[in-house]
Amino acid sequence: MTFFGHTLKAGLRALAALTALAAAPAMAQAPTQATGTLDAIRARGTLICGVNTGLAGFAQPNSQGVWTGFDVEYCRALAVAIFNDASKVRYVPTTAQVRFTALQSGEVDVLFRNTTWTLSRDTSLGLDFPAINFYDGQGFMVKRSANVASARDLDGATICVQPGTTTEQNLADWARGARIRFTPVVIERLEDNIAAYLAGRCDAYTTDISGLAATRAAQSQPNDHVILPEVISKEPLGPLVRHGDQRFADLVRWVHFGLITAEEFEVTAANVVQLSTTDTRPDVQRLLGRTSELGQMLGVDNRWMVNIIRTTGNYGEIFTRHLTPIGLQRGPNALWSTPGGLQYAPPFR
Amino acid sequence: MSDATADPRFKRTAPKRPMKLSWSDERVRAIFWQVLVVGILVAIVWWLVTNTQRNLEIRRIATGWGFLQREAGLPIAEHMIDYSPTDNYLRALMVGVLNTLKVAIVGIILATILGTLIGIARLSKNWLVSKIAGIYVEVIRDLPLLLQLLFWYTILQGLPGPRQAINPIDGVFLSNRGLLLPWIQWEGAHTAALLAALVGFVLTWMYSDLMRAKQMEDGQPRRIWPIGILLIIGGPIAVWALLGAPFTPDVPALRGFNFRGGLVMSPEYFALLVGLVTYTSGFIAEIVRAGIQSVHSGQWEAAQALGLKPGVVLKQIVLPQALRVIVPPMTSQYLNITKNSSLAVAIGYQDIVSIANTTLNQTGQAIEGIAIIMAVYLSISLSISLFMNWYNSKIALVER
Amino acid sequence: MASDTTLTPVSIPVPPEPRRAPISVVGPIAWVRANLFSGWLSTAITLALGYLIIRWAIGFIDWAFINAIWSVPNNQTQACRDARGVGACWAVVTEKHRFILFGTYPYEEHWRPALACVIFVGLYIVSAMRRFWRKELALIWIAALTAIGVLMWGGILGMPFVAQERWGGLPITLILSTFGLAFAFPLAILVALGRRSKMPAIKAICVLYVELIRGVPLISLLFMASVMFPLFLPEGMNIDKLLRAQIAIILFAGAYLAEVVRAGLQALPKGQYEAADALGLSYWHKTGFIILPQALRMVIPPLVNTFIGFFKDTSLVLIIGIFDLLTAGKTAIVEPAWQGFGVEVYITIGLIYFCFCFAMSKYSQSLEAELNQHRRR
Repeated sequence: MTFFGHTLKAGLRALAALTALAAAPAMAQAPTQATGTLDAIRARGTLICGVNTGLAGFAQPNSQGVWTGFDVEYCRALAVAIFNDASKVRYVPTTAQVRFTALQSGEVDVLFRNTTWTLSRDTSLGLDFPAINFYDGQGFMVKRSANVASARDLDGATICVQPGTTTEQNLADWARGARIRFTPVVIERLEDNIAAYLAGRCDAYTTDISGLAATRAAQSQPNDHVILPEVISKEPLGPLVRHGDQRFADLVRWVHFGLITAEEFEVTAANVVQLSTTDTRPDVQRLLGRTSELGQMLGVDNRWMVNIIRTTGNYGEIFTRHLTPIGLQRGPNALWSTPGGLQYAPPFR
Repeated sequence: MSDATADPRFKRTAPKRPMKLSWSDERVRAIFWQVLVVGILVAIVWWLVTNTQRNLEIRRIATGWGFLQREAGLPIAEHMIDYSPTDNYLRALMVGVLNTLKVAIVGIILATILGTLIGIARLSKNWLVSKIAGIYVEVIRDLPLLLQLLFWYTILQGLPGPRQAINPIDGVFLSNRGLLLPWIQWEGAHTAALLAALVGFVLTWMYSDLMRAKQMEDGQPRRIWPIGILLIIGGPIAVWALLGAPFTPDVPALRGFNFRGGLVMSPEYFALLVGLVTYTSGFIAEIVRAGIQSVHSGQWEAAQALGLKPGVVLKQIVLPQALRVIVPPMTSQYLNITKNSSLAVAIGYQDIVSIANTTLNQTGQAIEGIAIIMAVYLSISLSISLFMNWYNSKIALVER
Repeated sequence: MASDTTLTPVSIPVPPEPRRAPISVVGPIAWVRANLFSGWLSTAITLALGYLIIRWAIGFIDWAFINAIWSVPNNQTQACRDARGVGACWAVVTEKHRFILFGTYPYEEHWRPALACVIFVGLYIVSAMRRFWRKELALIWIAALTAIGVLMWGGILGMPFVAQERWGGLPITLILSTFGLAFAFPLAILVALGRRSKMPAIKAICVLYVELIRGVPLISLLFMASVMFPLFLPEGMNIDKLLRAQIAIILFAGAYLAEVVRAGLQALPKGQYEAADALGLSYWHKTGFIILPQALRMVIPPLVNTFIGFFKDTSLVLIIGIFDLLTAGKTAIVEPAWQGFGVEVYITIGLIYFCFCFAMSKYSQSLEAELNQHRRR
């Protein structure tokens, strides 16, 4: 009966060893301001990318557990720019609540998680928005059988909304302005929100129009649902990086601009390798690193855009691959040269 | 007076050893260990606090309680006090606390009733009844509560819409918008009557204590219920009548998208309540069963041999003994219901966790948000513990 | 009646063949009569319940088996949607079972988490056998947990490294609960001893810790782990969110286990303490050789019950976005084609939880009966 004494001692010793074992890989050394995010990523050998926990079209794991989607392509593009290897990304699913903490604490390097750029977020979180990769706005979706033509008809309705987002505050603001009374149903997780709307718990479901379209397209009878014409807010969605590391912010920003510029000059995944040697347009030659040293200015390989486009395609291709299937139009996300388009990249020179 | 004659040897206390600064002195070791442990803890806390302060500064995260006065802007579906998104965070959080209490108190009452019934059913002589009760307890206790809540919520969402609502009797509607019951338009007189009932209840309690004390003196049983009914029912009615006897029925009716009027029990509240009650009743049933079984059958037989009526046996002999076994574990179940009500956040019932969570998300003040949640639960837990300990000491065996 | 013999006028020298009791007293019919139809109330209840059970069972079998759809070709869920309400769509489980079980772990490496789960189950079985209740058990635990760590992380023996963000599903549930127990247990013993200590400062700290943790819901601790821990650490250092959740669960489990252990310490007769003191044993010798071995044996059944509680409670990490079994199940139905088949997925996950918890609770009950045997006499 005296073995417990030994066990206690042996156990404690072993636990100390186990703790060390567990903590070693888990304590990823986060970059400090001094060393810079890019160097830390290089030293680590992988990019850590914060994504949504599961939003159709933007970021979701498929049946094999592989992350896919619009935001995921941006993570891959960034990894290609740094390592020329799209697989060197670790995806950290983040909820709406922990996303900012995760980035602030260095748990992730960058957040591609359809986050709305607002003044207070830009100034009070210690974070920066390098670009806007998706222009969105908040809207409402109702069932066709409800015979609602406009959001103004929603007086007295029950509305499903995700808490802790700008969506929730926009809804309250809008209802006050439009003198509409409504009953909110606030559910933390996106899929539960959608399930509640589909089950008829709510008369209307409100979120970014991209989200509405994704949900609508997923239904077996999309025509049973109507997205109302009113857009009650501006939702510029973009990546986030930590404030104070301009070098890394520049890289994230110009990866986005590179994808836009590639679409502008019709550089695609299929023709990029060929164009990188044959194209005579000076803009394309600079973009693809044949002339000038734009890549090196950003601290990456000069052929970074060739590698990116070869892997992910240009902005239009990414959009078509992930967002067109869920029923989204280009709308404001078309290139600036198309009427109504807002996607515009500063010149590559 | 015996002091003077007592043998002085018996008055002597243990000799006071002088404290030696040596490792072999137990007291020195005790002080050393305590100083060491407290020192390490203080060092850790100090380290954490300095880190936090530095991090808050670097990340420019605001601190302090000023945000409580700011406009909340968050819509809340169920509120027992007046609330609109233009109110401040403090009021929103108060609404959350009240919502937590609403589900916890109702849950405790219902779970006690259901748990007791199932506990008794497990001891039933009918094989089918005891078997079903046994399976119920086993299944309910072996599934995570969160899974059960999600399941109930999915089921409740499957009810028909408001236009096809199930309407068993006039004025009662069951749909995926919840359960609607006819109610009255609440006025000051009703609140006053409710308070009067509460006062009546306390007075009845005191009266019965008084009468029992008298019974102890002369052995004469006294009737309590006539005075009790007068105090608990008569008093409030009189108060209500004096204040003008307002009575306007408020019957729910379908208008536009939703029902208007009546008493609403939302699917979120309903799912949370059903989930908490069924889950906890599984545990309470086991406690009740063990409590009843702990009373020796000889007690029943002896009481019957004395010629006591079965009702008296149950009330005066068996229940007091069973309660001593039942009450302590029951306290922890009541605490569990209260704490588990925080799972509301997963199914969209806006309790204190849900609202504090949204608050900390909007303001970015995580420390204050978590502190609020913890403070609220600690005070609720403490109140329940104090009440149950008081009750437990009241029914405990008085050893002589 | 047994008095028959006394009424017989002649005594029979050879005892009569023992007669079987009449069928109406011991046979199945008698059992049915005594246990199901003993009175009009009992009969009514039996009939009503029987009717309800049979009706419900037929409905369930229709839905779950006869009208169910077991698989569909490449995400064409139309057949499932047509069968809604009349038949279950088990195709969602067929398609997504590997995702539900292992989350986003690399697909071709799924054998590793699967093997880890097997090791976990083996570890539970070994720990449950009384012949292994020796000091070697601690070594077995260390070996098993190390093996699981190696399997899940990889990076050696030709297994590619897999970062813990990609872990998911059942292994996470098992890791959180088992590692939680393994680390919380020593903590709990120290706290329980501290709470019974004569040193006021140490006692106060232990009481404060236990009561504080037990007074707040686990969710608030998990929130704290997910949004407050990062603020506690110096700049440049951060802990992975799985580890943070694990720390929260250890702190939580520690407080509850400490109370279980304390109950064991209190239940021990005072004579044991006094005898050990009389022998002049030091505090640690007394505790390690006399007190703990007896006290811990006494609390094994409540310990198992507490563990069942943690096992279920780990599902709460859903709320902070960690991919445990429940979260993986919910994420599996995000994909548009599979939206709306929640009930099927919940039932499947419920079955997995039930298997684990039911086995453990049956084990704890039998153990309790076994350990109490000597007391019943």
